[in-house]
Amino acid sequence: MEDMLFYDRLQFAFTITFHYIFPQLTMGLSLMIVYFKWKFLKTKVDKYNDAAKFFMKIFAVNFTMGVVTGIPMEFQFGTNWAKFSELTGGIIGQTLAMEGMFSFFLESSFLALFIFGEKLMGQKLHFLTGFFVFLGSWASGWFILSTNAWMQHPVGHEILDNGKFVLENFSALFTNPWLLPAFLHNQLASVVTSSFVVASIGAFYVLRNKQTEYGKLFLKTGVVFGFISSILVAFPTGDWNAKNVAKHQPATFAAMEGIFHTEEAGSEIVLIGQPNMVEKKLDNKIAVPNILSFLTYQEWHKQIPGIDQFEEENLPDNIPALYYSYHIMVGLGTIFIGVMALALFFLWRKKLHTIKPLLWTIMFLVPFPYIANLTGWYTAELGRQPYLVYGLLKTSEGISPTVSSGNTLFTLLGFVALYMLLGLLFLVLVGKTINEGPTPQTH
Amino acid sequence: MEIFWYIIIGIVLAVFFILDGYDFGAGIIHLFFAKTEKDKEVIAKSAGLFWDSNEVWLVAAGGMLFMAFPTFYASVFSGFYLPLVLVLWLIIFRAIGLEFRSQFKYQMWKDIWDASFGVSSLLLALFFGIALGNIVRGVNLGIVQNGVAAHEGHYFFLPLWDSSFSPLSEHPGVIDWFTLIIGLISVVTLAIHGANWVILKTNSSINSKLKNIIFILNIVLTALTLFSLIVWQTVNPNSFDNFANKPYLIVFPIIYLTGLFGLFFIKKLKKDIHGFVLSTLLIFGGIASSLASLFPVILPSINEIHEPLTIYNTAASEYGLSVALTWGIIGFILLFVYMIIQKRLMAGKIDKMDYGH
Repeated sequence: MEDMLFYDRLQFAFTITFHYIFPQLTMGLSLMIVYFKWKFLKTKVDKYNDAAKFFMKIFAVNFTMGVVTGIPMEFQFGTNWAKFSELTGGIIGQTLAMEGMFSFFLESSFLALFIFGEKLMGQKLHFLTGFFVFLGSWASGWFILSTNAWMQHPVGHEILDNGKFVLENFSALFTNPWLLPAFLHNQLASVVTSSFVVASIGAFYVLRNKQTEYGKLFLKTGVVFGFISSILVAFPTGDWNAKNVAKHQPATFAAMEGIFHTEEAGSEIVLIGQPNMVEKKLDNKIAVPNILSFLTYQEWHKQIPGIDQFEEENLPDNIPALYYSYHIMVGLGTIFIGVMALALFFLWRKKLHTIKPLLWTIMFLVPFPYIANLTGWYTAELGRQPYLVYGLLKTSEGISPTVSSGNTLFTLLGFVALYMLLGLLFLVLVGKTINEGPTPQTH
Repeated sequence: MEIFWYIIIGIVLAVFFILDGYDFGAGIIHLFFAKTEKDKEVIAKSAGLFWDSNEVWLVAAGGMLFMAFPTFYASVFSGFYLPLVLVLWLIIFRAIGLEFRSQFKYQMWKDIWDASFGVSSLLLALFFGIALGNIVRGVNLGIVQNGVAAHEGHYFFLPLWDSSFSPLSEHPGVIDWFTLIIGLISVVTLAIHGANWVILKTNSSINSKLKNIIFILNIVLTALTLFSLIVWQTVNPNSFDNFANKPYLIVFPIIYLTGLFGLFFIKKLKKDIHGFVLSTLLIFGGIASSLASLFPVILPSINEIHEPLTIYNTAASEYGLSVALTWGIIGFILLFVYMIIQKRLMAGKIDKMDYGH
């Protein structure tokens, strides 16, 4: 039984991690494509249209990868988490089915129209199809987040005697207090990723001294979007989410902040340190007193319950992983704000394209927003443990009763091999597209 | 309300098999009959332009099944664990074959992805047929051994095969001789459907040859259909009761037979679309007849202890189903609107169309 749970969790963690590399780019990128296309409609300057079409090519490759790695996610609810599906399908089935029907269809149909239909439709309709792609991908985020919000903070249901969750109030799923902050935080974080991708391709073109006109445009757009989104991710949305965790999942809050002991006079904020689960303390800690209490409750001396306040069985089962995920996310987010602020300063002085060290930094920072997005999700998911539905259904109670660990390990190994191949092909293809660069409009 | 969702999901599934069916079929034709690079390219393109918007119907069907019949979703997806994951892998291989073949001009590169596209299409067609065979035959619900159930009555687990390969065994596997026959029917049907699609959408040099191939495959299909009807009765003895009790259901087998009969005249048909319509009837009629023969059962039990899964004992709550009705109808209409817009914009032969992914 323990084995089954372990492999089911490992397979889900692996496949969702790989999957979420793609949607986090497409959601943010679709917004920037809409911007480029809109700018073209307004200014009639061709390079904006070239940029929109170039990034739609990158979008399309990512979308395909998102589709083929996304179908296994939907299937896994049934294959590996059958008991969970049986008990909660009446609720999360609603939001997941809506995602498939509204957003996924919208996105895929209009993507094809955007790519093939520019000449056929004219520029205004072409803009509109781009806008619908954006709408579809963000709606997708909305429905997935509403599913996850219900698991983090279940509302609008009733539990029957046989353990089944049945829907009692449909609209409660979308007015869930967990949903809006999580959605905004997640969408803005995906804009951070896409901004870094756009800016780093720009930096690459400027540094290699080819297609520098596009390079400068991408740099400028990426830096402006990146600066705004990096700030909004931290404040107000990140802050809002942290307060939600403190309110609804206090055990998780203590664990992710690394607060082992309850301090009556207010808790410190931990910057660095390694959780020592044997002695129940942080090793090599650097912390600033009372800041956590202030940030969370705007009171310097507010008492925050530490890990010592909770029963072992209600605490997340992997506190170090949760703690690191959270701190990596926050640390990287802070670095992004710094780098983007610096880049924005030089952009304003019209010197950004000449400052090589900064261009190199922007170019090589591109993997890190991906890591920040993923560790953010690890924080949410590890933090919800040991529950699937917070406080109501344990993760260990959700697995498929008849699928043995040997079978799951077999499929996990298969997914690892297949996704390595897929990742390699993806890099080759995107690398080729980036190397070729945008195609200038011919009249 | 259960019946309504059953019909909706049935239609979405049938649309999925009709739409994605033609690109599976194109893959089979590509694998066996396309010889020149030009034909290979244009046939791959006839699938490559459409596969992703076709596969969203699978996602929609999966989502709706999860919402409306969660117990069935949980039972079937965990019980058919191995074949389902294999299907996922094949879907991925097929997709990368289609998306990557034209990215580089090396012949070896194209050969690899052509094989990946063709073989995965063939195996997927086979697996989908086998899946239907399993649903008709039923499974050992609750994993009963010597009269004792090891699990709750709606859970089961099937190995890929059991040493007897017999559908009448106490613990049949996913693949036995009966499900294999249904699998072959699916392969032949989709090959016909794919050939019709290639004829309809391309100017490939093998178009006239494909009409002969359809004719021959149709003879094979007729033989397989007759044979399967004989053994169907042995595997699932109650399967004709529904047609006797509700005679209007006969319309589905008639649709199937119309397609089958019509396809014998493939060489005389005036328009390419007519052939495609006939193979569409074949698929729709085949799926609808199978489902109608089981109704309201959706997964028969082969042991005496457990009741079969029906649309009633696996459905979500009444409130959930009726709320979903409101958004479901809107969504359902949108699906068809999207499909029609897309098909209209991409109407006609696709040889000249820019494959710009």
